[in-house]
Amino acid sequence: MEQQKTLDERQRWYWRKNIRFILGLLAVWAIVAYGGAILFAEPLSNIQFFGVSLAFWIAQQGSILVFFSLILIYAIRMDRLDKEYARLLKNDKEG
Amino acid sequence: MSVEAITITLVVITFIIYTAIGWWSRVRDTSSFYVAGQNVPTVANGAAIAADWMSAASFISMAGLVAFLGYDGTIYLMGWTGGYVLLALLLAPYLRKFGKFTVPDFIGDRFYSNGARAVAAIATIFISLTYISGQMRGVGIVFSRYLQVDIVVGVLIGMTIVGFFALLGGMKGVTWTQAVQYFVVIIAFLIPAFAISAQLTGNPVAQMSFITNDIVARLGEIQIDLGMTEYMAPFTNLSMLNVFMMTLALMAGTAGLPHVIVRFYTVKSVRAARWSAVWAIIFIGLLYLTAPAVGAFAKYNLIDTIADKPVEEVENIDWVSKWQTTGLLKFNDENGDGVVNYTAGDDNEVMIDGDIIVLSTPEVANLAPFIIALVAAGGLAAALSTASGLLITMTSAVSHDIYYRIFNKTASEAQRLRVGRITLFIALLVAAYVGISPPGFAGEVVALAFGLGAASLFPVILLGIFDKRMNKEGAIAGILTGLSFTLIMIGAILSESIIGTDGPILESFFGINAQGVGVIGMILNFIVSFIVSRMTEEPPQDIQELIENVRAPEIDEDSN
Repeated sequence: MEQQKTLDERQRWYWRKNIRFILGLLAVWAIVAYGGAILFAEPLSNIQFFGVSLAFWIAQQGSILVFFSLILIYAIRMDRLDKEYARLLKNDKEG
Repeated sequence: MSVEAITITLVVITFIIYTAIGWWSRVRDTSSFYVAGQNVPTVANGAAIAADWMSAASFISMAGLVAFLGYDGTIYLMGWTGGYVLLALLLAPYLRKFGKFTVPDFIGDRFYSNGARAVAAIATIFISLTYISGQMRGVGIVFSRYLQVDIVVGVLIGMTIVGFFALLGGMKGVTWTQAVQYFVVIIAFLIPAFAISAQLTGNPVAQMSFITNDIVARLGEIQIDLGMTEYMAPFTNLSMLNVFMMTLALMAGTAGLPHVIVRFYTVKSVRAARWSAVWAIIFIGLLYLTAPAVGAFAKYNLIDTIADKPVEEVENIDWVSKWQTTGLLKFNDENGDGVVNYTAGDDNEVMIDGDIIVLSTPEVANLAPFIIALVAAGGLAAALSTASGLLITMTSAVSHDIYYRIFNKTASEAQRLRVGRITLFIALLVAAYVGISPPGFAGEVVALAFGLGAASLFPVILLGIFDKRMNKEGAIAGILTGLSFTLIMIGAILSESIIGTDGPILESFFGINAQGVGVIGMILNFIVSFIVSRMTEEPPQDIQELIENVRAPEIDEDSN
């Protein structure tokens, strides 16, 4: 099949959705890593989290769990988006 | 059996397994040699990424670094994991969609320039070479400490093993060996962690007892009693600015390391690239969630065992005398009171090297000799797996990007494979040489590798995907600005050990140290490439189509 010259309307929709996912997830990434563990480390140090302070836990363990969740959520969401895209494409062909 | 005999047995068994995998996965075509034929299963690739990533530094040094930095150790814990978020969301899927062999492939094609390709290839070689010297050193140390052979012999044995499966199996052999090596690494890390945790807290799950138990709080109190900093308080060892910058430099640097990026080329689809990243962060996270616990527990145990104890009693402990002979643990009773004084002040009588935290844990916790042997095998697996990934990356930069794509475009498959193997062999010799006689500034050089990754490759790949207007002129100007700024700054701040001046030429860049200054290089790269690209012509039509194609969803035939 010949390569398309530009993205069609469906592909543009897919790309916009993708960008929105990425921005949302990166916002969480920045807030947790740079906010929770660094910029707000002093105030969050006063909050107890089990045997350690909340800031300490975010800095040494919590952030890593958040990173894992973000990558997982992205993979799941993009799988769904791929399916949705395939469905729309099929509709276009049939209708 | 003695500890040495068990260690030799275990190391020989694991080496036979690695060699067998190399033989089983031997390859005859360049696609298998560079990207394992692009059909590595997702979970195996995740394990291979993890083994590739977790080097001798992650296995041997990191828990110790965290133990001595306390809260601020987060720069390594977050810095070396958070980069995977950037990789998974911003780079990996699109590079896989692009579907070629190497990082310079993407940069050269996207910016329609062999100049950009050459710069990317040289950056790749330089970054990988700085990295590999540390791995070979790690191999040598493990051999000499646990098997009492000379470091040179240790490095040569390690090189032979790596060379065998990499020359024969290329990326395919390396990938499968790494997947196996991951499990050796993680088992060797977790078992001593569980044991020391069970001993100190009664709960073997170290990742949990780290927060549910009060060991960390008690460690903080002991440290204050000894006149040191509170363990849990932030920014006692590094300023907030430096923690911020160093974490960001390590994250962006991780996402810009060619040997890590290229692993995402080896899977069969874009979807598989995203799920590889999920598996990779699970596998890596397992070690990184455990490391802060190992660091804190081991330090607590160590201080508890030696601080303020009679010198005679301490000297009679078996592992203390063993580590004393290596020079990584030192103490002498300077004030002659017969007690080991461990303090933050001038009257301190103890010197503990962070590298013994992980390696000595099995002995401090009185674990069986088998566990000690396992830790040795784990350290070797961590160093060898990273070294093999780096070797393939360097080889592909020379034989694929420079020889084939720039100088000899008509080279046949067999010719390219032969050049690849010859390059690999030469790279192996160079790596062995730097492993045996490393430059004096080996530690500083690692900061350089991350700084350069963050300031050169990461921004350029990112802009190549997300900024359609980015052109050749912008990208080349950006890379050169980022690279030269970072090189000059790191050189100036670390001039004492790199060029040998009396004292640093520059204390810091407005308070930012050498490990964090790559972030400024990265920002300059973004700004310069943006401005230059907007003042010059837009990229040609076929390049714009290439970008559209990289962004477009992949239609999945087998819907899996």
